[in-house]
Amino acid sequence: MLRIGKRLLLVALALLAFGTAAQAKTELTMYYPVAVGGPLTSVVDGMIQDFERNNPDVKVNAIYAGNYNDARVKALAALKGGQPAQLSVLFSIDVHELMELDAIMPFDDVVETDDERQWLQSFYPALMENGIVNGKVYGIPFQRSTIVMYYNKDAFREAGLNPEQPPKNWDEMAQMGQKLTKKDASGRVERWGVMIPSTGYPYWMFGALAKQNGEVLMNGAGNEVYFNKPGVVEALTYWRDLSAKHGIMPQGAIDWGTLRQNFMEQKTAIMWHSTGNLTAVKESATFDFGVAFLPAHKNYGSPTGGGNFYIFKQSTPEERKAAIRLVRHMTNPEQAALWSIATGYMGVSPASYETQALKTYVADFPAAAVARDQLQYATAELSTHQSGRVRKLLDDAIQSVLNGEKQPQEALDAAQKQAERILSGY
Amino acid sequence: MQTLSRLLSTSAAWLLGLLWILPLLYAVWAAIHPGEYATRFDLLAPLTFDNFTTAWKHAPFMRFMLNTVIITGLILAFQLVLCTLAGYALARMPFRGASVVFGLILLQLMVMPEILIVENYRTLAGLGLIDTHIGVGLPYMASAFGIFLLRQTFRTVPQDLEDAARLEGCTRLGVLWKVFVPLARPTYLAYGLVSVSHHWNNFLWPLVVTNTERSRPLTVGMAIFGAPESGVDWPVICAGTLIAVGPLLAVFLIFQRQFVQSFMHTGLK
Amino acid sequence: MNRIHQLYAWLMLLPALVMLFAFTHAPTLSTVWHSLLSPARGGRPQTFAGLSNYRMMLEDDVFWQTLTNNLWYAAGTVPSSIVLAVAMALWVNSGMAGRTLLRLAYFTPTMLPMIAVANIWLFFYTPEVGLFNKLLTLAGQEGINWLGDPKWALRSLMLMTVWKEAGFFMIFYLAALQSLNREMYQAAELEGASCWRIFRRITLPLLMPTTLFVLVNAVLNAFKLVDHLFILTKGGPNNASNLLLYYIYENAFSFFNSTYAATLTVVLLSILILLALVLFGLIERRVHYR
Repeated sequence: MLRIGKRLLLVALALLAFGTAAQAKTELTMYYPVAVGGPLTSVVDGMIQDFERNNPDVKVNAIYAGNYNDARVKALAALKGGQPAQLSVLFSIDVHELMELDAIMPFDDVVETDDERQWLQSFYPALMENGIVNGKVYGIPFQRSTIVMYYNKDAFREAGLNPEQPPKNWDEMAQMGQKLTKKDASGRVERWGVMIPSTGYPYWMFGALAKQNGEVLMNGAGNEVYFNKPGVVEALTYWRDLSAKHGIMPQGAIDWGTLRQNFMEQKTAIMWHSTGNLTAVKESATFDFGVAFLPAHKNYGSPTGGGNFYIFKQSTPEERKAAIRLVRHMTNPEQAALWSIATGYMGVSPASYETQALKTYVADFPAAAVARDQLQYATAELSTHQSGRVRKLLDDAIQSVLNGEKQPQEALDAAQKQAERILSGY
Repeated sequence: MQTLSRLLSTSAAWLLGLLWILPLLYAVWAAIHPGEYATRFDLLAPLTFDNFTTAWKHAPFMRFMLNTVIITGLILAFQLVLCTLAGYALARMPFRGASVVFGLILLQLMVMPEILIVENYRTLAGLGLIDTHIGVGLPYMASAFGIFLLRQTFRTVPQDLEDAARLEGCTRLGVLWKVFVPLARPTYLAYGLVSVSHHWNNFLWPLVVTNTERSRPLTVGMAIFGAPESGVDWPVICAGTLIAVGPLLAVFLIFQRQFVQSFMHTGLK
Repeated sequence: MNRIHQLYAWLMLLPALVMLFAFTHAPTLSTVWHSLLSPARGGRPQTFAGLSNYRMMLEDDVFWQTLTNNLWYAAGTVPSSIVLAVAMALWVNSGMAGRTLLRLAYFTPTMLPMIAVANIWLFFYTPEVGLFNKLLTLAGQEGINWLGDPKWALRSLMLMTVWKEAGFFMIFYLAALQSLNREMYQAAELEGASCWRIFRRITLPLLMPTTLFVLVNAVLNAFKLVDHLFILTKGGPNNASNLLLYYIYENAFSFFNSTYAATLTVVLLSILILLALVLFGLIERRVHYR
């Protein structure tokens, strides 16, 4: 009898201890987007489970919210609606708007130890460009990319080109593209030379062309844009001429979402796409493919892209500390390596490429390092105040030129004028 | 001549029918074949069930389905009650200002909740009902269309029936429940069909007002699951679509005769 | 007695009226109010701005484009889905073999959420590997960049909308056809009237009330159905397929400009109310609801 009583007491105590432990658990909610192919949600879930195993006092609800726009809307909606969200992965270029809405706070204000401060310095500087405003770190790189050039080596061989020598500059791409464009007896194109997507994120692709021509699209403070500089106009002219003059790219908008399918089905020999698609391409390619830098004009160039971790103001100090732990976990070299291998996104720090896992992977599959190597030529992605609106202006201008509705100069002049009006208040 | 035109008409009908189920046929094709056959049609292509397993693992379809059922059911239940009461009052209880009230109600036929997403979102955020089932349903619970239909139906009920029931000692609500509701059954069925098919398919408002799997219905779940940004993977998307619409399609296939017939006997003409 | 009677009526109406007021009338009024405010930006609160949002709208090319697009979209989808619905109902109602199967086929789109099938339509439309262009190629035609060519983008959306709606409207016509008086037809046949003549002189007029009902629904849908834009075009290229409601969504939820979204909403509301007056005027004249 006594023994039973003791046992009961023990159980009760254990329950009590368990109960308080459960109560002390910090609960974090984060939203995150996915903008490229592959089963990425399960990868994120796995990384989070790993974190929870090592940090039993924290519980994480990771909510997949669709594309970048949806994720931002959902995270902000949750905040407005009084639901907690302490951190999120959102578009790296949303930083100005999120600051304006007073939603986020700098990581500098949350980190405490020297170790943590050092951690803020551990990422590739190019990936930090979009995340630092007024000298403070607002965004920690997570699912980051550059645009790379995927090309079909079999098609190169078939066209009599050297499959190890992809086009290095604009002229070469135009020339090789002509050889790679295959037509049937009646003159219908069976395979295009090159496709650059012009829906979804046209301004992003355009940022690459502009950078290759030595131009950037905006200033660091996000209150000036340079849409109609001569070099920028020239970049858009080149893009249009790929179809209008050289006939190596289909006319009209090329869909971001179905482009990978086109490449897999060998309907285009070259595609420009996010490195975040690399693993998906690798897994379903039935032919020999290569990955290379985007071609240069004045120099190589690509904007960085993708999602950063942000910390929301509406959170308690404990939650912020737990959030820092989570972000550190998600971006530590081992996890970054795992994430990079699973997706094709970049390892966000030099240290991640020093891990055994990524070293072995890169040695076996050199394409995985192309995006990183291209970083030295990278620039920030278009990010301004009221970025949604400004981006749409540029997107519309690009599409109107690719459709043949407007001339590059005219379209970009108009976009510049309207963007200046929007940005005049900042 | 007669036979020729009949032949033409019949083949047009079947051609159209084929066109109309083409998306469904394609979904089945893509879902049961390996990825490389998604855009190529080969009768000898191997069959596979993998796409379904992949899709099933990608998204919590059961949860989405459950949310949709709860939201649709919640809306329908409230609509039936609110519209019955209002329709009865408008049809059988002449009172001052009735025509003004009716006009105000009819306004919603045109000014649908879809148009007012921005303001309604604000209201729901104020009520703290973002990301709840009830929040998705609230703007639809009083339906001008339902009130209008039931008012028309209730007006056709003979006065004698009502009087007889009153004489037997029924209260007003009793009369409504025992006399009017049974007589209006076809209208309820037709309205139910319209309402369920609308809310089963509804996307924009749930997209705006749901944040997480807690309340996300199938449509929003499917939109996120198949977002073209993530690179379109047709076989898996088609498998997901079939999982998502399968149950409703099955129910309809089984009950379609009753469904359509009851619909035809309604006042909806 | 009369007092109580009145009270009873109001009590029965109350729940519906409260909900309607909260989610239709109040938001309509506050939309108008918000359209007169300047957006809150950079910590500045909203202030009264008079008609400046409206001025901005008049200068906004995208607004004018979405408006014209929407009118074309309505003009393109409403009549064609109604005509198809009538044809379908007639076929399914006739003695044709396999009509149950046919009815099922016509009705399937109603069961498939627009957003889910949009991805399948994306496959039909996608230029290089898509079904439609494969068929065109088989027929020896040049392929079309269905969603990427501004000439075709809106038409492609229309086609999908008609597909989605015709089968649903068919059900209403079918219900109407089944309730038509047989004897009238027998009499007409005895007189030796042709099929076409019977259809025009008897069937069509009798279907008028249904047509008006369907018309109201179709017109409304033309202004509120934008689901497929989310998957297929996002309003592009260069707004060639952008519609008013989608533009409102973009402004409110992508650009965080809820006052401009309110301004656009006021325009959409005005259009719908105007249409309501016209359509209900038509109904009053043509149909006698008791």
